[in-house]
Amino acid sequence: MSAKVEIDFTLNGVREQRAVAADMSALAMLRDVVGLTGTKYGCGEGECGACTIRVDGVTLNACLMFAVDCDGREVTTIEGLAATPPGEKLRASFVEHGAVQCGFCTPGLVMQASHLIEKNPGAGEEEIRRGIEGNLCRCTGYRKIIEAIAGAK
Amino acid sequence: MGEAQKTVARETLIGKRIPKMDAPEKASGRTRYLHDIDLPGQLHAKILRSTQVHALIKSIDTGAAKRLPGVHAVITAADVPWQRPIGVAKDHLPLKTGRVRSLRDEVAAVAADSVEIAAAALALIRVEYEPLPPLTDPVEALQPGAPLIHPEPHGGDGGPQLKPGGPVAYTGKPDNVAMTFEYAQGDVAQGERESDAVVEDVFRLHYVTHCCMGVSGVIAEFDASGNLLLHSNTQVPFLHKREFAEMLGIDPGRVRIIQPPIGGGFGSKLDIYPFEPIAIFLARATGRPVKLVYTREEEFEASPTRQPVLLKLRSGCTRDGALTFRAVETLHDNGAYTSWGATTPFVMMQTVSSLYRVPHCKYRTRAVYTNNPYAGSFRGYGNLQATFAVEAHMDRLADAIGMDPLEFRLKNAQQPGEVTPQGMHFGTCGFKECLSTAAARSAYQRKRLEHASRQGDASPLKRGVGIASMLHVGGGAKIYPSDGCGTILKIDDFAHVTLITGASEIGQGSETVLAQLVCEELGLPLSSVTVVNNDTDITPWDVGVHASRTTFIAGNSAIGAAKKAKDKILAAAAAKSGRASGDLQLSGGFVVTPEGEKLFELGKFLRSLHFSDKADLVMTTFYYEPPSHHQDREFKGDVSAAYAWASQVAEVEVDTRTGIVKLLSITAAHDVGRVLNRLGIEGQIEGGVVMGQGYALTENLIVEGGAVKNPSFRDYKLVTAPEIPEMDISFIETMDGEGPQGAKGVGEAPAICVAAAVANAIHNATGVRITSLPFTPERVYRALRGKLEAPVWNVPA
Ligand code: FES
Ligand code: FES
Repeated sequence: MSAKVEIDFTLNGVREQRAVAADMSALAMLRDVVGLTGTKYGCGEGECGACTIRVDGVTLNACLMFAVDCDGREVTTIEGLAATPPGEKLRASFVEHGAVQCGFCTPGLVMQASHLIEKNPGAGEEEIRRGIEGNLCRCTGYRKIIEAIAGAK
Repeated sequence: MGEAQKTVARETLIGKRIPKMDAPEKASGRTRYLHDIDLPGQLHAKILRSTQVHALIKSIDTGAAKRLPGVHAVITAADVPWQRPIGVAKDHLPLKTGRVRSLRDEVAAVAADSVEIAAAALALIRVEYEPLPPLTDPVEALQPGAPLIHPEPHGGDGGPQLKPGGPVAYTGKPDNVAMTFEYAQGDVAQGERESDAVVEDVFRLHYVTHCCMGVSGVIAEFDASGNLLLHSNTQVPFLHKREFAEMLGIDPGRVRIIQPPIGGGFGSKLDIYPFEPIAIFLARATGRPVKLVYTREEEFEASPTRQPVLLKLRSGCTRDGALTFRAVETLHDNGAYTSWGATTPFVMMQTVSSLYRVPHCKYRTRAVYTNNPYAGSFRGYGNLQATFAVEAHMDRLADAIGMDPLEFRLKNAQQPGEVTPQGMHFGTCGFKECLSTAAARSAYQRKRLEHASRQGDASPLKRGVGIASMLHVGGGAKIYPSDGCGTILKIDDFAHVTLITGASEIGQGSETVLAQLVCEELGLPLSSVTVVNNDTDITPWDVGVHASRTTFIAGNSAIGAAKKAKDKILAAAAAKSGRASGDLQLSGGFVVTPEGEKLFELGKFLRSLHFSDKADLVMTTFYYEPPSHHQDREFKGDVSAAYAWASQVAEVEVDTRTGIVKLLSITAAHDVGRVLNRLGIEGQIEGGVVMGQGYALTENLIVEGGAVKNPSFRDYKLVTAPEIPEMDISFIETMDGEGPQGAKGVGEAPAICVAAAVANAIHNATGVRITSLPFTPERVYRALRGKLEAPVWNVPA
């Protein structure tokens, strides 16, 4: 209910202009204003990683970021990543390795994995484990997620 | 290789690594969960909860909230005098009248144009309470003179009344005992006389909660004729359909439940919780679709927990290692209302009486009302708690008579063909193989001796191994009048199969395994099956996803329907080709002869049936009811058509300076009947093991004075990727005669014995036995210094 602010940013490669409330989170904007629901709400306070997006290449928790701070930046969500070759490769690897059960954590983990692989293509098991430390999964026990990321490099 | 053998060896899907059918959508962020669905005209709801642990509601003023622009409805119990109690004991009104009994209690609710407006409206509601003495210790609940939680019939307990002469309310209770369970076999006094060693301990099992990554939610909507449509994440749609219909006083046929993909279940969605009827009330009041979704904080504070238990166990054995008796008494903190947590004794007593052979057994549970959060069903259903105690005593008794703990277990382990005094028939039973496999693969016996011999070493880092086992239903569970599941199967003109099943998918992979079983019968690739499993107007009846039953029950049902379709097709093919139908097979999309000759391409053949003179579309139905039995009044009976077994060895490292316990590895051997989808079953076991790890080491819902003190992932610690153990998983394939392709259920099994194995491992590492959970650094640190208060049994008789 607070004042609207005009922002201009790139979302999944497309320029967007939106008016958003000053106190709105990037997560709420993506889900409720733009209508991209692949980015999930799991906790709203930066503790679960379900809302992981990339902003200027770096992964962030969309729930902790204000929508207005997207202004002038390049935002990638799971929908954008999924349409690129690295995204396709990650998806295939997650599917093939059985890394998906209920799937609610999966978009966030795929986003985190894409960043991890880009930054450190030679990441070993330990680095992968540490790289996804901030992403909670209640179903899989992480084993197959780690294998999927290793298999997508 | 002869030609005939070639067809016998047709490619099978069974045991392969089959990726989940819904995984590509999920991994691209395209799957629409309940949270992602918005209906046109939809309003958003929020619930006002009690600020008091225990109080009388003196007045509720909703005037200001109602006047807030954008608010469509504000309701309290007074607005729904026809509401009915929900839950297992029907002791729980969705909107509270007169009295609040816990901090999560629902006092009022709002439907508004947005979540923000709904939240602002909640802040404007004024509730006046008269505080009552809180009761937050279950032991106190049994003391004479303790405050009563449900003294009055609901609706008659002051404040807004249910409509006089209206539907039944809960009648109230003159004491705080919500439920009692008593079971006995043999004579424990005789068992004790025959014992050479007797041990007794008190165990305290803590609160944990499901933490589904997708929070709870529902969307309710009525059409112009008053029919209810629910988008719901329930695990039991057909049971809920009926219950909602009763609540609304309409025919169950007018309630339709659609289940969007679910962000985790684990038993949490087996009961109806107040938020669901409340959304329905609001939808009725506003004539608009109403969506109600929890915040994470609300999820921690107002969803069910695992049943916390205080448990006293006394066990004995002879000097040559035969178990003689077991006597168990437990106190369950029921919380303010009764959900499935109260009924976990059904499972607990099975572990007590029948995991090992025990001639004399006695079991008693009292579930008592308090003003604490209430417990629901949670993967394992009481079995984690019972197994924790029983397996501690298997080690302690072995120790008391100087026997190797593995040998002691093998000596008392159940075997195939056994009928236990509780009436369970163990057809297939790979328990002994589970024990020896897990022990051998982890070098349990050697390591146990080595680690024990190093307890006194100077190094502050101690290692230990521990073994524990479990028994759980693996062929459904006859709890409701029927434990069955229906299937409708249709094959179209292009040999594409639509499998319509009552069984819900909750992430566990049932959709894929059912498709796989059907393809196996029909000789088709997985890509030629679509599964429909989420709409009660379409799918046939099923009792729900619980008790590790879906693969077994829905699997047998799907196979039944596929067999009927196959028979129909082969009979027609036989008529057309002049061969005996018994000679023909379906393979690779063709009708083939035993020699492998392709007679008809399946799609073409089905079209020819369709467009023939007497058109025949291939559609079949099948209903499967397992050959299991209800328990009698004494809790005896063969409730499951098959039983699952497992043994797990944990290896830990204990840092004696800090109390930090690191779980290094779990070596698991599971009797799963048969592996159907190797990828899927590994995922179930890995996920279950890590959930068990959380129960053992990190998770602790801190409830003090009736309040949840840590309602966030920051303070409620789930296991993260760096902490998971090495996992070595073996499958013992006992090929169950009743199971689909020989398989048994496995969903709950892997979580059950982790904590018990870790407890035994900590003891092996340090010589200290800890009988309360979780093994947090603080608890272990204190225990190692003799400063941890052991739980005591001070429960009034
Ligand atoms: S929703 Fe953003 S971290 Fe959990
Ligand atoms: S797959 Fe369910 S939370 Fe990760």
